[in-house]
Amino acid sequence: MISTKEIVVPTASVTALGKRDPLGDQRMTVSLGPQHPSTHGVLRVEVELDGEVVVAARPDIGYLHTGMEKTMENQKWQQVVTITCRMDYLNSMGNDLGYVLAVEKLLGVEATPRTQVLRVLLTELNRICSHLVWWGTHVMDIGAMSPFFYAFDQREKILDLFECVSGARFHQSYFRIGGLQADLPDTFMPLLKEFVAQFPDFLKMANKLVSGNKIFQTRTKGIGIIGAEDAINWGLSGPSLRASGVNWDIRKSEPYTGYETYDFDVPLAQDGDIWARYVVRMREMEESLKIVQQAIDRLPAGPIQSDHPKLKLPDRDLMKQHIDVMIHHFLLASEGFTVPIGEVYFPIESARGELGYYLISDGKEKPWRVRVKTPSFMNLQVLPKMAEGQLLADLIGIIGSIDIVLGDIDR
Amino acid sequence: MPELENQTNESSESLAVRGPNQTSRYVNPIALSARFADAVEEVIEALGEVTIVIRRDRLIELMQFLRDEPSLKFNFLSDASGVDLGEFAEPRFAVAYHLYSLPHNHRLRIKVFLEEDDAWVPTVSEIWKSAGWLEREIYDMFGVDFVDHPDLRRILMPADYEGYPLRKDFPVKGY
Repeated sequence: MISTKEIVVPTASVTALGKRDPLGDQRMTVSLGPQHPSTHGVLRVEVELDGEVVVAARPDIGYLHTGMEKTMENQKWQQVVTITCRMDYLNSMGNDLGYVLAVEKLLGVEATPRTQVLRVLLTELNRICSHLVWWGTHVMDIGAMSPFFYAFDQREKILDLFECVSGARFHQSYFRIGGLQADLPDTFMPLLKEFVAQFPDFLKMANKLVSGNKIFQTRTKGIGIIGAEDAINWGLSGPSLRASGVNWDIRKSEPYTGYETYDFDVPLAQDGDIWARYVVRMREMEESLKIVQQAIDRLPAGPIQSDHPKLKLPDRDLMKQHIDVMIHHFLLASEGFTVPIGEVYFPIESARGELGYYLISDGKEKPWRVRVKTPSFMNLQVLPKMAEGQLLADLIGIIGSIDIVLGDIDR
Repeated sequence: MPELENQTNESSESLAVRGPNQTSRYVNPIALSARFADAVEEVIEALGEVTIVIRRDRLIELMQFLRDEPSLKFNFLSDASGVDLGEFAEPRFAVAYHLYSLPHNHRLRIKVFLEEDDAWVPTVSEIWKSAGWLEREIYDMFGVDFVDHPDLRRILMPADYEGYPLRKDFPVKGY
């Protein structure tokens, strides 16, 4: 008869722990992912199990690393906009916004009022869009299939709106340094109003379908708990931090693009478990809808492009009359513009937390250094702490509840 | 989290620097203490942001002070990032820490400069747990060593990878 000692001696767990645990022989190391739908992309988690209980979970990342920061450093300032949205592909507008605002700060440019309102409007729509994907997939991870389809039905409507303004559904690159790609087409507002009118009904339905479900609540309450003190020390941000009772939203604490003029609440929850994170995000969708509504009501007329000579292409008629205007246009289009020497760190509140762009300019047409502090990277780091002592099935729920995007982590 | 209720704490208002286009508040805390007068190499105020360049050997002491001093309370490490100043620059590398204080709602950037053949920094992961992965990424991308780091391995690149991708002399194109 073979004793259990001879069956499972996982070398990985022994080396990772650095020493042989007295109970170690009965543990098993399972590689969860990287190709698994519940890991929301290509995340691998090395899980050490004692029966069904997670003893240790070690996230292994980098499968989606594409060298974004390096690529950005070799592109012109205005070309980088096309890359930023490809990092956090669910919150693409937000990623563009952070970069654009950081460069505008270096240049000392402020966007026009119409552009500012449109940026807020579209970023908040994108936040709803991102939360919808989170809701659908998170609930599906826990075992409910149909909510996913309702979520994607709504998300489709938002993607149609994005397609309407920019021509692209996922990677819009609609925000440009100093302005926008183009003004709104006439078809946008009726579509948007249609969406805004029916979305509260969807939220009501979603809450009826899932939030009130006893099985869902039992699966989420009291699981994956992280306290406020720990959450801050581990660098958690966004809805995941607010679910631990920490009232920090960059839209309120360091407002940008005129967020201080909008009336909205920051949803909080105290328990720091999966359920708390769920509640915060569900309520955030309502708040985002409130902001969208206010943006629709106040949208001013006017130009969308700032008048800064580096950012605005010259007038077509003037180009035909003056050689210097023609040269200016040619240089702007072929060589790009320069940005004054300096460095900025610009934090914004993305759908997942604090998204910070640290830009260093050496006064040339390309950025010297683009560093992107991404919220998912920091949020995932807490996973081992949240997962310790939980069941393997709940680990899946915990991964869903911190709402990671692997493109945002690996860059 | 009781500390966070006074987000509009204005006790350090006189030191706050406001930048254009946004409302991040940076604070210049050196005025508060002569303790680090000899360790601070430079204080830069530009674009409404404050950078303190500190000597490497006093980094941990300064970080501890910044986190624990009641009037500063930088309890959140927003970001730590490496910078390569160029192949021929002296010193070649910098590590920039972006600190944020949740109770006081202010920010600060701390910088350490490193020579290429002496590129190491003491780890701050004892002060902020969040530094663990951030420092691993800098190690992975720039080859900066973090002394006393509990788990210093490559994080994004494969474990057997050679070279440091974000260094300026690392090629963008292959052959």
